Amino acid sequence: MTRFIAKRLGLGLITLWLLSVLVFFGSQVLPGDVARRVLGPFATQSAVNSLNHQLGTDKSVFVQYANWISGIFHGNLGTSVATRSSVSSIVFPALWHSAKLAILAFIIVVPFGIIGGVFAALKEGRFQDRLISVGGLSATTVPEFVWAVALILLFALLIPILPSTATPPPGSGFLTSVKFLILPALCLVFVLFGYIARMARAGTIEALDADYTRTAVIKGLPYSTVVRRHVLRNALLPTIAVVATQAGYLIGGLVAIELVFNYQGIGQVLYRAASQKDFPVLQSGVLIVGVVYLVATLLADLAYSLLNPRLRFESSA
Amino acid sequence: MSSFGEPIGSSVTAGEPPVADDQLSVPGPEDTRVMRRERMAVLLHSKTFIAGAVILAFWIVCAIFGKLIAPDDPLLTDPIKALQAPSSAHLFGTDTLGRDVLSRVLVGARDILIVAPLATLLGTVLGTVLGLVMGYFRGPTDDVLGRIVDAVLAVPVVIVGLLSLVALGPSTITVIFVIGVVFTPVIARTVRAAVLTEREYEYVAAARLRNERTPYILFGEILPNVLGPVLVEFTVRLGYAIFTIATLSFLGFGIQPPAPDWGLQIYQHYGLISGGYWWPVLFPALAIASLVIGVNLLSDGISQAFER
Repeated sequence: MTRFIAKRLGLGLITLWLLSVLVFFGSQVLPGDVARRVLGPFATQSAVNSLNHQLGTDKSVFVQYANWISGIFHGNLGTSVATRSSVSSIVFPALWHSAKLAILAFIIVVPFGIIGGVFAALKEGRFQDRLISVGGLSATTVPEFVWAVALILLFALLIPILPSTATPPPGSGFLTSVKFLILPALCLVFVLFGYIARMARAGTIEALDADYTRTAVIKGLPYSTVVRRHVLRNALLPTIAVVATQAGYLIGGLVAIELVFNYQGIGQVLYRAASQKDFPVLQSGVLIVGVVYLVATLLADLAYSLLNPRLRFESSA
Repeated sequence: MSSFGEPIGSSVTAGEPPVADDQLSVPGPEDTRVMRRERMAVLLHSKTFIAGAVILAFWIVCAIFGKLIAPDDPLLTDPIKALQAPSSAHLFGTDTLGRDVLSRVLVGARDILIVAPLATLLGTVLGTVLGLVMGYFRGPTDDVLGRIVDAVLAVPVVIVGLLSLVALGPSTITVIFVIGVVFTPVIARTVRAAVLTEREYEYVAAARLRNERTPYILFGEILPNVLGPVLVEFTVRLGYAIFTIATLSFLGFGIQPPAPDWGLQIYQHYGLISGGYWWPVLFPALAIASLVIGVNLLSDGISQAFER
């Protein structure tokens, strides 16, 4: 087990390093200097030179990369070109906002997705199954900003019961904040339901086919007990994996939703940094999103092997 | 012993391991034709495939003949008629610049239906080459490339697109290039998996014993046998490409104004919803939704036909 974790950690670190290289050098492909891009074509050359010097962008790309990485190891993610504040003071509060939205979305969608998937599996091949499978898949493919405007049209204009922005007025309580997050979370529910339901359905169908299920039925257990005790437990395993792989997308990939609902998450931060060509925020922000994704996948693998008795016994043997 | 030109490892579809005495395991051209006909029959009987094909065909017609069908010029501005509600004069109303929303929705199919397939094609070609190399050589090549693939996949596609478009400057060509490159690792992974099974078959060993050059083995021998998964992957990725390009356009980094792109139209008008101006947003939103759902139903049908 420890070896498994160590190996996964090592691979994750290599992946992160590669990501940092890709992000850094990828955003430097264009010739021309950072300060000129920030200050625009009409700034004087001396202003450009001094900003370049201040940002350290007058040095070679490799020195800049080394400085960036050593800064990260010292807990310094860099300084925003646009606001001159530290990148961590921008990125981490936004990350927490994104996490809140993601958690609410998961709380709603995971039970629905699992119930939907299991129900579809029990009705395999019939109309209800096709409805859930094809409907869920179709909902997944619609871009989330389309869901966002659709939900705003429905719940903020036609039946005005929910706010159309995600940021509550300052000083409002927990329940009010949740209310403001319901519409953006619902968009995610539409996007994720299909994925989760599909995994739960596949897991359930496989479990229904398995020998242990047949044994349980033959030894006379009531069908509902078989489903609850033998099928569900095995069907939920693959679902955990897909939930974790979506965590990276949920924390970081929600640029469009956060823009529509004016929510100050990491997606919005990256979007603003992109619009302002604020490369320090953009580079460190993307790296942080990568870290979140890799940690989530690692945790998912761990949970998966802890919950799966077959893997558990293998590793202890 | 030529398995040239036959679709997806015909013996793989049955899920059987390679059989030792070859004559049985290698289907002749006659069997291939039968298989192809069966697959077509499956497709034509699949309701999801038909529904998807009809929707996609509608938008392709709009993309080609949009300017002829559209009642108005999609680019013609008329400030006096700005933001008029749907009426008999303008069935879908007008936008902030007084442009006819119906015309813009019909003509708007054009850009995305040019950009998305080209980007997907680029990604499929690059991904297939990469996947062939990774799956065939395995070892260090596979490890190194696999790590890079993982690194790209660790960040949501939209973010990677945003970063690259900022670095390269937004334009249609850049969008095609960026989406193509971002999709490459995903497609490479699928192709690699298919190649891993394929390379164990005798025809590959035979080609190697004949001293064929590696590029020939990769593209002349293995590639024809993994075309099935590649086609499925192409249609699936096409849906994602439309999804991603629409999102990037909505963020202002994709297709640029004044093009009547759907994502761009929503971007320019979503702030007006709370003021009651729903029509410049609703109709482009429905257009995007119907196109992605159509493509998706189509690819669902195709993958079912190939997985039988």
